[in-house]
Amino acid sequence: MKKDNRMKSYIINTVGVVGLYILMTSLMNGGIINRYQQGIIMIIGINIILAVSLNLTTGFLGQLALGHAGFMGIGAYSAAIVSMNMNLGSNTMQLLISIIIGGLIAAIFGILIGIPALRLEGDYLAIITLGFGEMIRVIVTNLKITGGAKGLNGIPLLTNFSHVYWITVITVVVIYTLIRSRHGRSIIAIRENEIAASAVGVPTAYYKVFGFVLSAFFAGIAGGLYAHYMSILSPAKFGFMYSIEILVIVVLGGMGSITGSIVAAIVLTLLPEALREFAAYRLLIYAVLLIVMMLFRPSGLFGTKEISIGNIFSRSKKNVKSNEEV
Amino acid sequence: MKDLVFLEAKKVGINFGGLKAVDNFNLNLFEKEIVGLIGPNGAGKTTTFNILTGVYTPTSGAIRVEGENIVGLKPHQIVDRGIARTFQNIRLFSDLTVLDNVKIAFQKQMKYSIVEGILRLPRYWKEEREIDIKARELLKIFDMENLADVIAKNLPYGKQRKLEIARALATDPKVLMLDEPAAGMNPQETTELMNTIYSIRDRFGTAILLIEHDMNLVMGICERLIVLNYGVILATGTPDEIKNNDEVIKAYLGE
Repeated sequence: MKKDNRMKSYIINTVGVVGLYILMTSLMNGGIINRYQQGIIMIIGINIILAVSLNLTTGFLGQLALGHAGFMGIGAYSAAIVSMNMNLGSNTMQLLISIIIGGLIAAIFGILIGIPALRLEGDYLAIITLGFGEMIRVIVTNLKITGGAKGLNGIPLLTNFSHVYWITVITVVVIYTLIRSRHGRSIIAIRENEIAASAVGVPTAYYKVFGFVLSAFFAGIAGGLYAHYMSILSPAKFGFMYSIEILVIVVLGGMGSITGSIVAAIVLTLLPEALREFAAYRLLIYAVLLIVMMLFRPSGLFGTKEISIGNIFSRSKKNVKSNEEV
Repeated sequence: MKDLVFLEAKKVGINFGGLKAVDNFNLNLFEKEIVGLIGPNGAGKTTTFNILTGVYTPTSGAIRVEGENIVGLKPHQIVDRGIARTFQNIRLFSDLTVLDNVKIAFQKQMKYSIVEGILRLPRYWKEEREIDIKARELLKIFDMENLADVIAKNLPYGKQRKLEIARALATDPKVLMLDEPAAGMNPQETTELMNTIYSIRDRFGTAILLIEHDMNLVMGICERLIVLNYGVILATGTPDEIKNNDEVIKAYLGE
């Protein structure tokens, strides 16, 4: 009975994901979605990767991190430098290998910062990652290999919609299944009560560093995708403001809800596009949105709940707890 | 089998700066034994618990679990060696379900790796199924199986205490340390708690060390008592001996 439900929800989710992909590609090929809209969709995908990965650190592990754009920047520049200087085969191979290298380098920085910062209790991580993000921006501005302040030009345009779509799907699935495993339970236990977690045998230091590093890795991947989509990189992009934008997505969607991050990433990427004429007020709108949200729904759009297609189907039959395993 | 020492502390002490919070603390805890740690407020009882569970590293002395030295190990490693505890102020994973609270404590009995968990390989399903059954069985022992899906913070106070004990037992401990388990309980809940403690001892063979101010519980349940005052052991003995000990009476009631 339970197993049948599980198979059913796997099938429904797979059909949903593949169906959406076919729909999107045929709309793009048919010219109904134009180049400009296609670009926005790809940015949405990149923002989903960033938000879902930051949610791992901030939402599930419960550690405030303010340097996510810094990790993205490391991934972006590393991947760009790799693919500009090496020939790694077909376009897709070239892209995949260079973004994975970018992700790994971001992860290494994650280890270097995470180990000292996460040993401390409290909000030290927020301050250290804040400083780190700014440091990365300043270093990138002053290095020759990254093109300095005027940025890096001529990165091969390799990212297409399929890449972004499937890498986003993989990121979401990996983080979702991780959270629903014993390792994810340990990570959530640290958020709930770190002292109690270690008192029931959770190696807290290990899981804190692991969660933080995995989140840095995916930020690096997102950076690599971004670099090969934009073809130019400028250090200003990866500053503090972008870290905050990603954090806003996570908070708005609900800390501890992956679906919340996805929905919020879509809304908050589309919103500035829709409000282009009021671009100057974008930050103001952000702030107002956040204040309203914190007043009326402090736990975010979804709280810690997850919504899936399979879930909605079974909910219509009988009321199933949304936290239940899908 | 009573001669099997589960937990041994020898001349354990800790200094915070110039303050000797605990000094020369000795303890031999045998299998299936229930020992009470009592003393006035500020006597160093919880500090002793924190030393024994690795929250603090003692500045002197040795602590052994079944002969193996555990000084300097991290709290989670000490849990692996077989010491579990509850807290004076309840520390549950309050936004998670009762079932998940217990499942997290089963962590060390599960072996599948991070990759196996992400890819949901066969071992993931097998162990998750096993742990689900085990966790529900454990809740059944505590009459909480019908509360499995309740969010922990929504439980009544007495049940929260019970859940914390159940969670500690999920780590399969040799020694269970309870820090004021009856605090804030009404007489009926306290009686229920006493029965729970007995049944844990009989069922799991666990040795139990408890801090408690409720003298009915302490005198009723403990086979042996250790009285702490100003960080040093004032007296040890059976409840009757302690009741009639002049030093203890002086420490509690004054001259």
